[in-house]
Amino acid sequence: MTAVQAEEGGRPASTTAISVRDLVVRFDSDSSSVTALDAVSFDVPEAGLVTMLGPTGCGKSTLLRAIADLVAISGGGISVFGRTPEQARRARDFAFVFQDAALLPWRSVIDNVRLPLEVGRSGGGVEQHAEPEALIALVGLSGREGALPHELSGGMRQRVSIARALVCRPRVLLMDEPFGALDEITRDKLNEELLRIWKETGTTIMFVTHSVPEAAFLGQKCLVLSAHPGRVRAYVDVGFPEPRELAIRDTLEFVQTTAHLRRQLETIA
Amino acid sequence: MNSPDPSAGAETRGSSRAAVWRRRLPAITAAVGLLLLWHLIVVGFGIPTYIAPNPFQVLQVFIDKGALIWINFWPTMVEAMAGFALGNSIAVLLAIWFVHNQLAERAFYPIAVFINTIPIIAIAPILVLILGNGYAPKVVIAALICFFPTLVNMVRGLKAVNPQMLELMRVLSANDWEVLWKIRLQSSLPFLFAALKIASTTCVIGAIVGEWIGSNYGLGALIIEATYNFRSPLLYATVVTGAGLAVAAFTLTSFVERRVVKWSSSAVF
Ligand SMILES: Nc1ncnc2c1ncn2[C@@H]1O[C@H](COP(=O)(O)OP(=O)(O)OP(=O)(O)O)[C@@H](O)[C@H]1O
Ligand SMILES: [Mg+2]
Repeated sequence: MTAVQAEEGGRPASTTAISVRDLVVRFDSDSSSVTALDAVSFDVPEAGLVTMLGPTGCGKSTLLRAIADLVAISGGGISVFGRTPEQARRARDFAFVFQDAALLPWRSVIDNVRLPLEVGRSGGGVEQHAEPEALIALVGLSGREGALPHELSGGMRQRVSIARALVCRPRVLLMDEPFGALDEITRDKLNEELLRIWKETGTTIMFVTHSVPEAAFLGQKCLVLSAHPGRVRAYVDVGFPEPRELAIRDTLEFVQTTAHLRRQLETIA
Repeated sequence: MNSPDPSAGAETRGSSRAAVWRRRLPAITAAVGLLLLWHLIVVGFGIPTYIAPNPFQVLQVFIDKGALIWINFWPTMVEAMAGFALGNSIAVLLAIWFVHNQLAERAFYPIAVFINTIPIIAIAPILVLILGNGYAPKVVIAALICFFPTLVNMVRGLKAVNPQMLELMRVLSANDWEVLWKIRLQSSLPFLFAALKIASTTCVIGAIVGEWIGSNYGLGALIIEATYNFRSPLLYATVVTGAGLAVAAFTLTSFVERRVVKWSSSAVF
């Protein structure tokens, strides 16, 4: 908490986008209580790209959802550009990309991308937004604007959901295993696209994945969580130099980094 | 919604027409076979006409007494359609209310269940006593018979929303109205149409049952009159007309469903 307040008072908040301090999230039911996250603290710099690794059930999704004000926190604090998650959500700071694209099946591609422009004006409003057509082109789906989601492949659907996430120019993009269900080639391609979009837009991104190479390739930093309860196991600087190309994955340095991350993961298990 | 890939549609349509007939062939053959069997039994066992006419006698009634059946067909159709509209509208509005107000659901859902357990045949005389001898009691009976399946299905449909879509809407700070309008109504449509198809046939039953009690017009009244006068061919012809009305209503509802619910083929369900 202290760090968050110091930041608000002193230096401009522009250096830190998301600040998580001693976060605890518990799920209480009548019979049991599961501590999903315990004493989690870390910072995400503005316009940073942080990837997140951890064994299944360690609370990665819960962490993203706590940041986006989708689950109630039980202790500690989260600050998003100096605001509470709820204030940030109401100001439309966030966009969320789910593992399955979560497109509205009755809406065409273009109408799915437009959805964020049609709702939630009461809160913060959508003053400034990207052109849906341009975003569809950006994710490489020009010409398929009128298609319904069930006419697209899984990879295409995921691209649509990324375009939808970008349409309101979010300050924070939270991605929960967005490419988990895709084949490796498609995944590589979307990884490169994501990096390009990230550089173009300056969005702060948190990206959950189960793939160590993906985490190392995309992230400036990689947050490794341990399970039961979810704690920060390591917060590793990855940060391969720009421009990052897929070829860096064959370098010795990359292999050493992934080996390091893998060791962090293995000591958990 | 707007453009479902015209080229693919045209291609399948041409070849599918023959396929549709091929698919219907067994049903047509079976129907003709059963009619033939009916005729053979009636003629072969020498069953008197007042107990069971043969198919040709029924056909003859349509030719001789077509006008009589026709003028009694209209009131029944109007009552059935009005009841369909009334019962389903109330059910849909009530379902929307229930989904947004737990207290209302807990208070009135059991009452709806209770009303549904009273046999419609038992309510009909009561309604005729209250509402007189015009269209009103018939419409109300037809509405009652539609109401419950639609209520149950609609409540389920409105609640059966992909939870990720609800999270998406929350990230977008959408209000309840927007969630209803953009998400819940559409995703309930497959459930609603399942109920409407049931209702499209039961509303005809409702109207006919309503006409059994002290009415002097409509297919229901004609059935009673033909029965008491042992005019079996007329009775059969009237029953066939009522069934035809129900089948037409069902076909129309299915047609509208295919037009409206284009996505359910894969995507959500
Ligand atoms: N709504 C909930 N109610 C109760 N328990 C929950 C709920 N959501 C998550 N949990 C529990 O919290 C823990 C963390 O879940 P979470 O979904 O965040 O894991 P994860 O790291 O995203 O896993 P995966 O890699 O499989 O997606 C799990 O033990 C899970 O059972
Ligand atoms: Mg998860």
